[in-house]
Amino acid sequence: MSTVKTAAQPLYRWFAEFRQPGRGTSWLVGVLLVVTLAMSAANLLLPPESPLYVSTYTITLMGKYLCFAMLAMAVDIIWGYCGILSLGHGAFFALGGYGMGMYLMRQIGDRGVYGNPDLPDFMVFLNWQELPWYWFGMDQFWFAVLVALAIPGLLAFVFGWLAFRSRVTGVYLSIMTQALTYALMLAFFRNEMGFGGNNGLTDFKDILGFDLQADSTRVALLLVTTLLLVIAFLTSRAIVQSRLGRVIVAVRDSEARARFLGYRTERYKVWLFVYSALIAAVAGMLYVPQVGIINPGEFSPLNSIEVVVWVAVGGRGTLYGAIVGALLVNYAKTRFTALMPDAWLFALGALFVVVTVYLPRGLAGLFDRFTSKNAETAWPERAKESNGGLSTAEVSA
Amino acid sequence: MNSLNQITEQAREVMRRDTTWPFLVPRKRSVNVSKNVILYLEGLNVSFDGFQALNNLNLYVNDGELRCLIGANGAGKTTLMDVITGKTQCDSGSAWFGQNIDLLAHDEAEIAQLGIGRKFQKPTVFEAHTVFHNLELSLQGAKGVWRALTATLSGSERDRIDEVLEIIGLEKSRHQLAGALSHGQKQWLEIGMLLAAEPRLLLVDEPVAGMTAEESERTAELLTSLAGKHTVIVVEHDMEFVRSIARTVTVLHQGSVLAEGTMDQVQNNRDVIEVYLGEEA
Repeated sequence: MSTVKTAAQPLYRWFAEFRQPGRGTSWLVGVLLVVTLAMSAANLLLPPESPLYVSTYTITLMGKYLCFAMLAMAVDIIWGYCGILSLGHGAFFALGGYGMGMYLMRQIGDRGVYGNPDLPDFMVFLNWQELPWYWFGMDQFWFAVLVALAIPGLLAFVFGWLAFRSRVTGVYLSIMTQALTYALMLAFFRNEMGFGGNNGLTDFKDILGFDLQADSTRVALLLVTTLLLVIAFLTSRAIVQSRLGRVIVAVRDSEARARFLGYRTERYKVWLFVYSALIAAVAGMLYVPQVGIINPGEFSPLNSIEVVVWVAVGGRGTLYGAIVGALLVNYAKTRFTALMPDAWLFALGALFVVVTVYLPRGLAGLFDRFTSKNAETAWPERAKESNGGLSTAEVSA
Repeated sequence: MNSLNQITEQAREVMRRDTTWPFLVPRKRSVNVSKNVILYLEGLNVSFDGFQALNNLNLYVNDGELRCLIGANGAGKTTLMDVITGKTQCDSGSAWFGQNIDLLAHDEAEIAQLGIGRKFQKPTVFEAHTVFHNLELSLQGAKGVWRALTATLSGSERDRIDEVLEIIGLEKSRHQLAGALSHGQKQWLEIGMLLAAEPRLLLVDEPVAGMTAEESERTAELLTSLAGKHTVIVVEHDMEFVRSIARTVTVLHQGSVLAEGTMDQVQNNRDVIEVYLGEEA
């Protein structure tokens, strides 16, 4: 028994450090960076017949997972820390994606099927004579990025302002977010909207002048995604560890108390919602060039609900839990759908039920349960206002 | 010609030099209590779906006083607190904080920042935070989103937190999660949170509910020591407790004031005996 314990000791310590605000950050960031860099090097430097070679398909798959991880983190920020269960975060993700898709569409130029230098193929097909006004300027990368951030941000602000000011909370708010994404899905399915109807935007050629099919572009996209995920993670971490973060948790646990202490809780909620929507939009912008298509299916309420499952599996209110949850569930999805495509939804549902019943705090809660046995004395230390990280000795004590 | 005159008249009125435009008047002003009265409530009426919760209620509270509000269930005690703190809009009447602040024109957050603290009936603390952070969040100061992002604790704020921890007797549990405190400790922490905000007026709703005899004794001491520097209004059912702290007692009945005076006066009041104490007898 004791040998098992000593063998498990380093593992416990590793979990404990992972749980630590400061150290967990460097662990996660380190692992992400090392893995993606190693994958990139293996893809670019090794010959395809080498056993360590990583295929471009895997690179793109990893990039996709990391986009999902960023989206999951966006949901965790508002659900885990502020208790706002958004079942419509896919809407912000898809809007960001459409912004990037419009830019990529304009980059095709006259290489489309119809060879029209100005109009994307679907507009020629619909017999449109000129570009709709909202497509202007989207051929500039900086402008497209700006729009792809501004539109979801503005939508989140208006939605949040109306909802939180009227003190809509709980399940009613969740239903409204769901309705929001559903309404957007229906709107984007219409050809008259000018976003390609149910086919969406696809057949992209290049981004910033680089060929999207090239291995090096794929690798660069993966690295950019990792970098932005790390930046978003560190920023979010800083926010939740500041006094702002503590107010947000206070709003989650007792909104009335926070309000009677003089906090305008609705403003805190609105700005957090906007921040979260922006992270989701960035994730969408990175997603589209890697998967090569954006269509109204991304607005589907089911997608948004799936994100909530990722966060629940990973453990909400931890940030890293959302990332780990998204990566694991999506990997499982890729594997599972290859084996039994029809059974995936059942597996997902079962997973959600199991997690809710047996692991209410997700995998992160499981880590905690492991570590708290060993580091019980260390936990009160963790809460010190100085926020200094734990020394390893304290963790293993 | 007449309309032109009217316009110049209006313009002159707008540009008057001896007043300030309303939107330039600072929202956060310190309360003026030169008449020694901190709270004026006059003719308050509140009804919910036909039920008259407050019925032409008049109440004046002096600065630095410890006032107890008693009354049966449904007498309007909690509704009165809701009106003062801006949670409930009243149908008619006026509520002034000192001479210069109209409470009805402010919302909950503003009223809290003006210096009115409220303790809920059920102890409400931020359970996921430590005792220390609970008090940190309650400190007086800017409560805006951007300020909170960059806020750091100053030395004097730290001292203030230590001071409050000492007053409420929770120095030893400063790094404990508030959720792990006992019921009585949570009550004290909540009172401490109000104190950290340095309010002028404290509204305390049933502070000793669910406390042991020893704990309520300590709470009584705490509340009496606060009076003077702060004005304290206590709502309580426990008559024993009220007797131990009260100087002035106000009895509410069906949304209006039935009697007011010292505990003895109130207990001997014929109306009170009839409607309130009479039920027990």
